[in-house]
Amino acid sequence: MTTIYYIRIIKTKNAVKLLFKFLGYIALIVVAITMVIPFEWMIITSLKPAGTEFSYPPELLPRSIDLNNYIKIFTMVPFGRYFANTVFVTLATVIGQVLICSMAGYGFSRLNFIGRDVIFVIYLATMMIPFQIILIPLYLIVFKLGWVNTYQGLIIPSISSAFGIFLLRQAFLNIPRDFQDAARIDGASEWRIFAQIFLPLSGPTVATLAVFAFMGSWTDLLWPLLIARDKSMRTLELGLAYFNATTSAFKQPNWPLVMAASVVVMLPVLIVYFFTQRYFVAGITLSGLKG
Amino acid sequence: MKNTAYYTLMAVPLGMIISLLIALVMNQNLKGVYIFRTLFFMPVISSWVAVSVIWITLLDPNVGIVNYVLRSIGLPPVNWLGDPHSAMPSLVMITIWKNAGFNMVIWLAGLQAIPRELHEAAAIDGASNLQIFRYVTLPLLSPTTFFLAITGVISSFQVFSPVYVITKGGPLDSTDVAVFRIFQRAFSEFKMGYASAQAWILFVIIFVLTLVQFLYMRHRVEQII
Repeated sequence: MTTIYYIRIIKTKNAVKLLFKFLGYIALIVVAITMVIPFEWMIITSLKPAGTEFSYPPELLPRSIDLNNYIKIFTMVPFGRYFANTVFVTLATVIGQVLICSMAGYGFSRLNFIGRDVIFVIYLATMMIPFQIILIPLYLIVFKLGWVNTYQGLIIPSISSAFGIFLLRQAFLNIPRDFQDAARIDGASEWRIFAQIFLPLSGPTVATLAVFAFMGSWTDLLWPLLIARDKSMRTLELGLAYFNATTSAFKQPNWPLVMAASVVVMLPVLIVYFFTQRYFVAGITLSGLKG
Repeated sequence: MKNTAYYTLMAVPLGMIISLLIALVMNQNLKGVYIFRTLFFMPVISSWVAVSVIWITLLDPNVGIVNYVLRSIGLPPVNWLGDPHSAMPSLVMITIWKNAGFNMVIWLAGLQAIPRELHEAAAIDGASNLQIFRYVTLPLLSPTTFFLAITGVISSFQVFSPVYVITKGGPLDSTDVAVFRIFQRAFSEFKMGYASAQAWILFVIIFVLTLVQFLYMRHRVEQII
């Protein structure tokens, strides 16, 4: 009797569990739809011929596909130039961050010099100061240097970061000291130990830093807004913000064009994200830093 | 400053609760969670400007999808970004949408760090699922909760891009947040000194919050060791 009773309990429990799983999936799908619909809307709108984007009720599928918008944003507005600017600035920032942060991280973890840890703590403390706070003094410095409207003005201020140095220092600290000692006994120079032993061993951390630097640089708005005064210096993000502002000034903004531009701005980041997810999620849970 | 506080007080707790719910569902050993995580994370890595532009069209009072959905389920349409009362809630909504994936990943990491045995022990003792959540899961998540709350508040105080692109501080200054105001004072009106003073106040607030987080984290770590 009792065994049958228990079997029945287990059966209902399983049924309840199944129901919960089913409801869980439904909830996740609903959330996923709200997450994805705006992106879908962006792509669909970018394919619609101008003037037909706002039919009522809204259409989630385009009636006809019109790639002209993509051609127009590169001819009407210099989005090609913006794209090249962004790629250049982002690449320079990423390379700079990886080089400088890894070298500094090596120094802070593997070289001995007076005041090393004090300097490191001061460095760490700068992480507490958000960028928006130093915006004005930083701008004034860059202005006095005559770097407004230049690539170095866009690149240099973000070419190193306390976060990156911290990240790589921790990675290097995890590598056994014996490696360094063994290489030294074999006569390797400090530079060689760094470049041929420590850097390759910290591959995933370097990748995490590179991905973060890429995302941060590609999607930055506030700094380019101040520095890239000239149209020819604008980055994609800034170009899109201005483009949106200028078309919105007309009574009927040309949304398909704006959306096509948004796709161009967003696509590289999404592609990089899909291929580097592993590092990205790892980095985010490690550091709690926002993209 | 009042606007910033309003934005923070709405965006942080609501965003945390919603993403915790998602994380709890995702923690149920469902198949395909990986795909959902990828999708939920898309807004997080997207650029603020592009996201803002998309949401301007979605929230269009006449032809936007959001109002279309409201009308079709029988609710009155809302003039989302045009009304001083609803402009800030609209920004909050967009922020929650954009950051949900980030919070979710952190919650999920926190949830997965809780040993399974604790849940099993509670279940054997006859605790209901709700009780397990309230008395086992939630207390053990407190470091995560604290972390998300502080980092959420700090980043809310720094919000700029969506305000710049979507509302420009309007309508009627209802979305004029701290960093946007500093930016306006310094680079539109060229009152660098005035803006610097504002930046200092913002810095003190953020610095205190960061210090609280730092001390709390160290306290926790010492406890664990």
